[in-house]
Amino acid sequence: MHEPRPIAPGLFVIGPDGPRLLAARCSACGQPHFPAEAVCPYCAAPEVRAAPAGPEGRLKLFTAVLTRPPGYRGDVPYGFGVVELADGLEVITRLTEARLDRLRPGLRVRLVIEPLFTDEDGRPVLSYAFRPEEEA
Amino acid sequence: MKPVYVAGVGIHAFGRFADRSVTALGAHAVRAALAEAGLGRGDFQAAFCGTVYSGVAAGHKVLTALGLSGVPTVNVEAGCASGGAALALGAAQVASGRYDTVLVFGMEKMPRGIIRSTFFEPWREEAGLSPAPAYFALRAQRLMMESDVRLEDLARVSAKNHRHGVQNPYAMYRKVLSVEEILSSPVVCEPLRLLMLCAPNEGAAAVVLTARQPGSRAVRVAAAALRSHHAGSVLGEHTPMSGVASATVAAPTEMAARDAYEEAGLGPADLDVVELQDTDSGREILSAEELGLCARGGGGRWVRDRGGEMGTRPPVNPSGGLLSKGEPLGASALGQVVELTWQLRGAAGPRQVEAARVALAHTVGRGANACVLILTR
Repeated sequence: MHEPRPIAPGLFVIGPDGPRLLAARCSACGQPHFPAEAVCPYCAAPEVRAAPAGPEGRLKLFTAVLTRPPGYRGDVPYGFGVVELADGLEVITRLTEARLDRLRPGLRVRLVIEPLFTDEDGRPVLSYAFRPEEEA
Repeated sequence: MKPVYVAGVGIHAFGRFADRSVTALGAHAVRAALAEAGLGRGDFQAAFCGTVYSGVAAGHKVLTALGLSGVPTVNVEAGCASGGAALALGAAQVASGRYDTVLVFGMEKMPRGIIRSTFFEPWREEAGLSPAPAYFALRAQRLMMESDVRLEDLARVSAKNHRHGVQNPYAMYRKVLSVEEILSSPVVCEPLRLLMLCAPNEGAAAVVLTARQPGSRAVRVAAAALRSHHAGSVLGEHTPMSGVASATVAAPTEMAARDAYEEAGLGPADLDVVELQDTDSGREILSAEELGLCARGGGGRWVRDRGGEMGTRPPVNPSGGLLSKGEPLGASALGQVVELTWQLRGAAGPRQVEAARVALAHTVGRGANACVLILTR
């Protein structure tokens, strides 16, 4: 059995109380951002501290991607949207649900880390997505 | 600062041309612009070429093919605003007095299908976070949620631009489309239908700029403004506002428009004709709001009141826009300038906007880069 790997470093962790996105917050201007950068993309201040985000969020915007975009390694169709997390951070994300009648603005969603594809070495590659937590 | 005039324009039709290289497309437009200006080798002192996908020294290859190389030549990439950025750089050289006459051109042969872009790190492509139509769809959905833009309004925008495009021999699609046809075309990414999206394609355009007034009714570049985004106003994982400006963060188009209006000493009410970025129908509505052609949040009403149609003021995209012409990234902004130069000269034939004296060209895209140009006569 091959060991799973994240699709890129520095995106998420799976802790004892569930997954988190490795977001950051600027100590100078207070804006959150993801993935964490060395300086704040809003105000250029270097005082950026780790602020893991999730796993609960609310769906803001959503659509479905029906045909395979170039370079994409997962299955189609897939959901695509903007999720707002509890601390005000908004993230562009894949959604596990592509049926639009099961999605609506304000829907409670939960961060999941799951295998998206298997790489050339046979290792499952993990990525993040949000899954509906209630009926639309 | 010296005034900057348009000495000549040239265009290669936008479409698909399997038998022609991007160099050949660019050479066609450059030759036409120089011929119209009555200029040749030795008559311009620098060249600026907008292109995104043409590779190394693309502009140099065009000039070499025409026997015009030797002048300082710069290739400019600024996403969908590449041609506008090239023109802004060229205009600044002439205005400063550094050069008397410069050549600006742009060309592209876009890959087929969904635009692939190194803007996205490989992992973002792998993870499915890169499809442009999905970002456009979220932007359109947000417009529909936050204002009274309706699905039919998105179709009306496309119907208008296609109606205009019928009269443009340089457009790729020259067919009247009904609102019903557009609504019933295949869904690409809800709410956007296929006929609400422009097609990436091929083409070229060129403009010669000069400080010497070429005749008493010459077209003048009254403003050339270029801006990039602030975090929070554009597509991206840490700034996922889906391109819709928030109350606190100005969008690049708003900033460029403000700069351009100030530079020209003009405002939205002065515009007689506008060519603006309509990558998708929602983008046209957002562009109209950001340029001040209608109120913020008033884009749906603007469309339903026939905003931008020929016969209203100002008509928007009399060329048919990118929805009719298609979008060759490096050439699209200069294609707008060619159209507006013809409009201001009264030489636009069946698509002529009556007595046009002030024109605005707008492009915005990946980066994000926004360019707003104002031409006067």
